[in-house]
Amino acid sequence: MTFTKSLLVLALAGSAAGAALADINIGVSLPLTGPTSALGIPIKNSIALWPTSIGGQKLNVIILDDATDPTNATKNARRFVTDDKVDILMGSAATPPANAVAAVAAETGTMHLTFAPIDVSTGKAPWSYNTPQSTLVMSHAIAAHMKKTGVKTVGFLGYADAYGELFLRDMKVKMAGTDMKFVSEERFARTDTSVTGQALKVTAGNPDAILIVASGSGAAMPHKALIERGYKGKIYQTHGAASRDLMRVGGKDVEGAFVVAGPGVVAEQLPANHPSKQVAMTHVTAWEKLYGPNSRNPFAGHAYDASVILQKIIPIALKTAKPGTKEFRGALKAALENAGPIALFHGTVNYTATNHAGYTDDTGVIMQIVNGDWKLQAK
Amino acid sequence: MDFSIASILLVDGLTNGAIYALLGLATVLVFAVTRVIFIPQGEFVTYGALTLAILQTGKVPGTIWLLMLLAGLAALAEAWQTWKRYRLAGTALLAGLKVLVAPVVVSLVTLWAAPQQFSLLVQALLSVCIVTCFGPLVYRLAYQSLADASSLVLLIVSVGVHFALTGLGLLFFGAEGFRNPPFWDARFSLGAVNLSGQAVIIALASMALIVMLWLFFERTLYGKALRATAVNRLGARLMGISSQTAGQLTLAMAALIGALSGLLIGPTTTVFYDSGFLIGLKGFVAAVIGGLASYPGAAIGALAVGIIEAFGSFWASAFKEVIVFTLILPVLLWRSLKGGHSDEEH
Repeated sequence: MTFTKSLLVLALAGSAAGAALADINIGVSLPLTGPTSALGIPIKNSIALWPTSIGGQKLNVIILDDATDPTNATKNARRFVTDDKVDILMGSAATPPANAVAAVAAETGTMHLTFAPIDVSTGKAPWSYNTPQSTLVMSHAIAAHMKKTGVKTVGFLGYADAYGELFLRDMKVKMAGTDMKFVSEERFARTDTSVTGQALKVTAGNPDAILIVASGSGAAMPHKALIERGYKGKIYQTHGAASRDLMRVGGKDVEGAFVVAGPGVVAEQLPANHPSKQVAMTHVTAWEKLYGPNSRNPFAGHAYDASVILQKIIPIALKTAKPGTKEFRGALKAALENAGPIALFHGTVNYTATNHAGYTDDTGVIMQIVNGDWKLQAK
Repeated sequence: MDFSIASILLVDGLTNGAIYALLGLATVLVFAVTRVIFIPQGEFVTYGALTLAILQTGKVPGTIWLLMLLAGLAALAEAWQTWKRYRLAGTALLAGLKVLVAPVVVSLVTLWAAPQQFSLLVQALLSVCIVTCFGPLVYRLAYQSLADASSLVLLIVSVGVHFALTGLGLLFFGAEGFRNPPFWDARFSLGAVNLSGQAVIIALASMALIVMLWLFFERTLYGKALRATAVNRLGARLMGISSQTAGQLTLAMAALIGALSGLLIGPTTTVFYDSGFLIGLKGFVAAVIGGLASYPGAAIGALAVGIIEAFGSFWASAFKEVIVFTLILPVLLWRSLKGGHSDEEH
């Protein structure tokens, strides 16, 4: 409570100062408590590393907790717009509250960067832009790698939820027109006590590769079950599993697996000419100096990416309008949609008036687990 | 499907079924003695497995802070109740202290032992002790004052306790899962079936536990007192059996069984803070198959649940849970058509 209060005081002070000096105000709604607090907290920590001014203008960042609740997120967003007169809205880190912020953004004509993917297909959320990669973009990287390594038959073993279904749908889109096909589609739940039945079924036809769609440490159990069944083919994991929890729980059984991720996860191994190399290294160095080696976090990366985007578009918008005005908000939107490709921690975005999902198809990188560490694979 | 696949699925189903059997027995036991449909049974499984996982990392598990908090509250409640009854400060203090002893000793031993990185068996024993202590405290705080309420009220309390324990589990263990090291890292090949040492341990431990439960109820005074309470609460009270002690003892046994199940299942799957609910619910389905009254019925039901789950996950993985939980409908139908209440029901 005191935390919210001190933020409130900070916010009020910030807005008062903002009105006087025409600083740039940014309102961020994050789940600092509640079920997705594990995603919101690294974002908040990452915002602490943002520059204090851009284009000679001071940045006032106001963070409010939405507790993963869309009602709170709406309240926060309204407060940001009416009381704090923000120029940019951000958040939240889970899709339902992010949708709530998007609705306020659309209604009030305020640019909105979200840290959770929302539906931004044409016209749905005209002022909102996704900073995480879509499953379609990541499917492209997996399908391309499968094709390159001569995979023809693929088994699917995924969560029986939206993440699993979306990935299956998008993989089928990317595999259409090639000679690759799914030969089995099996589902499981994170809390299942055993996936032996599914593993038997998936490995029965001995497919060239098996795609596991799961998140965090939940991705290790199906992986171990496949190895236990003596499966020798390629095993692919998605970006939901691209954390060290996979190695922690999976141990030596996950050795040799292919994992898709944003390039920043393997910042050090990126070739010098990779567009994300420099930004990713900058963030990883600053972050891990503070939080320890290998503490890098995809959500901290999204928050850092937001600051990179701001540094690109704010100077452009400042040329035509003053912060705190409707014209400035319009200028920001125009600047972002015409900025061309921007290299980020998580890949390269190219937002346009019709494409608010941003990422280009060459975003995802394929890593292999070698000796308990990530090893970047050549494209 | 050929014979080898069927036998692999059968072994898998029986292994999980053995765990469900233990939980089903605990559910029947708690219901028979206290009329509580004990939804949080699965949380004891999670607490057991994850407390061991945290001890493995050499840290102090958060469960002991909860244990001490609950013990403190229970001691206050006990002291207050005794004071109201006898108006003797010394007696009240003593009653409170009696509640505190076991949990505090276990917590202190854990605080000392956690950084020492003892062997797996010592840590497993410690985890079982910690979780078993929860049983009587949960009964004392959540159920004891409502002992005479209707089954529905007790069920609602159970749901509340379940949510509280799951939420606290997230706080103590975090959102990511753990997988414990196996107690016996051996593999046996019987034709197509590849039997792991852990599966053998699960089968043996479950059987041993069932035999021990049987001996406890048949051969000991406490066991007979619990049975008497289950048959007729009022009659047992008239014979001098405290229904409060019976309730606390029952929940201690339920917690013990839950913790042991957690240790057994921890090395075969990734356990998350919220894994216990579904595992416990499958034990509940088994208990329902046994009419919430018959121990052999629950055990057989549990093996059936395990086998159906294994084959269901092979044939129609997307509908596995649907198949398992729909199983309860024909059983209920058959039970109600068969009519007649056994004389041990209330």
